[in-house]
Amino acid sequence: MSKLLSVLLQTVLLLALAPLLSGLIRNWKAKLQNRRGPRIWQPLVDILKFLRKDMAISAHASWVFSFAPYVVFIVPLLVGLMVPMISAQAPLSLFGGALAVIGLLALGRFFLALGGLDPGSAFGGMGSSREMTISAVAEPAMMLAIFTVAISAGSTDLSHIVQSSQASTWKLLNPTHLMAFAALFIVMLAETGRIPVDNPATHLELTMIHEAMILEYSGRYLAFMEWGASIKQLVLMTLLANIFFPAGIATEMTPIAAGCGLAVFLAKLLVLAGAVVVVETTNAKLRLFRVPDLLSAAFALATLALMFTFLFQ
Amino acid sequence: MPLHVWLPAAHPVAPSNISALMSGVLIKTGIYGMTRVFFEFLGSPPNWWGVTVLAIGTISAVLGVLYALMEHDLKRLLAYHSIENIGIILIGLGAALMFLHTNHALLASLALIAALYHTINHAVFKSLLFLGAGAVVHAAHTRNMEEMGGLAKRMPRTALYFLVGAVAISALPPLNGFVSEWLTYQSLLQGFGKTTSLIRLMFPFSGAMLALTSALAAACFVKAFGITFLAQPRSDHAAQAREVSPSMLGGQAVLTIACIFLGLCPTLFLLLFDPVTAQLTGAPLGSALSLANGFALSGIDPQGGTVSTLGITLGGLCLVIVPFMLWLLLAQRTRIRTVPTWDCGLRGLTPKMEYTATGFSKPIRMIFKALFRARREVQRDYDFSPYFARTIRFESHVEEVFLTRVYRPLNRFVLRTSRRMRALQAGSIQAYLIYIFVTLLLLLLFAL
Repeated sequence: MSKLLSVLLQTVLLLALAPLLSGLIRNWKAKLQNRRGPRIWQPLVDILKFLRKDMAISAHASWVFSFAPYVVFIVPLLVGLMVPMISAQAPLSLFGGALAVIGLLALGRFFLALGGLDPGSAFGGMGSSREMTISAVAEPAMMLAIFTVAISAGSTDLSHIVQSSQASTWKLLNPTHLMAFAALFIVMLAETGRIPVDNPATHLELTMIHEAMILEYSGRYLAFMEWGASIKQLVLMTLLANIFFPAGIATEMTPIAAGCGLAVFLAKLLVLAGAVVVVETTNAKLRLFRVPDLLSAAFALATLALMFTFLFQ
Repeated sequence: MPLHVWLPAAHPVAPSNISALMSGVLIKTGIYGMTRVFFEFLGSPPNWWGVTVLAIGTISAVLGVLYALMEHDLKRLLAYHSIENIGIILIGLGAALMFLHTNHALLASLALIAALYHTINHAVFKSLLFLGAGAVVHAAHTRNMEEMGGLAKRMPRTALYFLVGAVAISALPPLNGFVSEWLTYQSLLQGFGKTTSLIRLMFPFSGAMLALTSALAAACFVKAFGITFLAQPRSDHAAQAREVSPSMLGGQAVLTIACIFLGLCPTLFLLLFDPVTAQLTGAPLGSALSLANGFALSGIDPQGGTVSTLGITLGGLCLVIVPFMLWLLLAQRTRIRTVPTWDCGLRGLTPKMEYTATGFSKPIRMIFKALFRARREVQRDYDFSPYFARTIRFESHVEEVFLTRVYRPLNRFVLRTSRRMRALQAGSIQAYLIYIFVTLLLLLLFAL
């Protein structure tokens, strides 16, 4: 019963929090750039508006086009239920750990890219091609960083990783974790289409990646696409926050513990969002073929993290 | 790699059903042979064998998929993917050998079972993909992906089967490719934790390269499926393609079901492998692989991580409630209009404007240009400015490094030496008698 309750709670939390987080980042970014910025619930309002709109579907598109939004929406939601959020025990941790999370995110991306190719417009193809390229270069860095964490916890189970790093002493200055965190942060920026890699605010034709793929979507499909993307961002940031800074996460499911866990979790998210905002404001978007350099830097960091594990064990 | 050069040349000329057999069974005989020789005949292997097999497996996996990305011949693309998958199998085998050397028999069993399961899985999804490719070639009369497109509407069932195969081979959950790669990752990870020597750093790097491989495989199959089946047809043949006969679809359907079954219920099948690995490594895994009555798969140690493809599927299906509720609450009244794709105000979108297979893999070609040594030739006919060309001819080539750097020089060397040697064989009996005499003298001298 409590299992079902935690599943429901986390689903609602994921659905509600994800657009708010996107809105918050957008708002803070505007503030930092001396603009007033949209209200933080603007993305949520947009999504609800898209849901009520009629859809225009391309005549060239096949059933894959209509299937993709559901995959792109449901997969991050499922991943979110496998990641510990406010309590150390993720609701569906039996379903899979870090490896399944990476695999499922790749599944969502696979269908997103197919949805981009389906209407036959050049933009969609361009977006799909770039997305798959960048994710391919990001994947080894991500896997190596996750490996490093999994090795020091002795498990790929995310709940187990969180519990074991919670049990040991405060590890913020452990070089292994520091480097792995930096690597995963860069990967997170790339995976969520943040500024050094992709600009989430642009419809400027030649630089867009994520926006190019969903260009032909409208109505509720667009809502699912956008919502899915923001849930994915929330899930990746949750991973970063809870794996590396497990302090304050609830260990048992009493209302008080869960409330404290939620408050700490939100605080951690705010800090991470702040970091993303600073990075986005202080950097210019990289040229597409400079992105692999950034991601190989992430790979190098993850390699160093691994070396440190080797040395200090 | 590097003994792979015959494979991409052999697959396209074989009929597709034979290709399916070739990649499903024929190239697995090599794996069978290696397993028998390494684990049974030769007894306890020295460590460098495992290291070599692991290294060759990793290199084959990455290079195989990179060359696959550069292909736009559907069957050659699949052939390169066979090289990649054999590489993944070899990673498992190599890791098993290394564990056996360090007396971690249980881990060796895990790595070996991962390799063997991937062998089966590759046989199933690759045969499925080859049959799908065969159906496509049959319907569109070409193997060149640049002339396909729009087949998902014309051949919906083939498209569905091919998509399942593509998801499986890209190691995406919940299908079978993911399960065997998950087992491989799990054995590599535990290998790092439980062994001590410096060589154990190879495990996580192999894992990272495996991640690169599966991400590139996903990119490659987005390309293979997207360019072949989606968007508008790029040629008349593709536009007139019809769904193939039920007998051709039947074979694909069976393999599709096998793919799904192997993916969703791995614990059932892995129990069948257990006696085999127990015999080879001496350590039965027994029920260590299955958890919660076979619902979830675990790598030996249940603390070490679990995965449940069945759970993932069921969970995903349950979550369909969310979009359904949203539709029920908000979107019930909406209508769907069918409109042409936005064409930027031009007069209609033509297939020429679509992304091509070559264009799709261009960023990857640029990133790995040191490997591919891509060459391109552009010829323009123009009146007054090169930007307003009347006709453009564009050619682009990718160099197969092993072919041009290893085999061709070797080939040339053999031919050249044999040409020189021909001078000896002049045809005169006297000369031959002298050769015999001199040889005899030399042999006698050696005998002294």
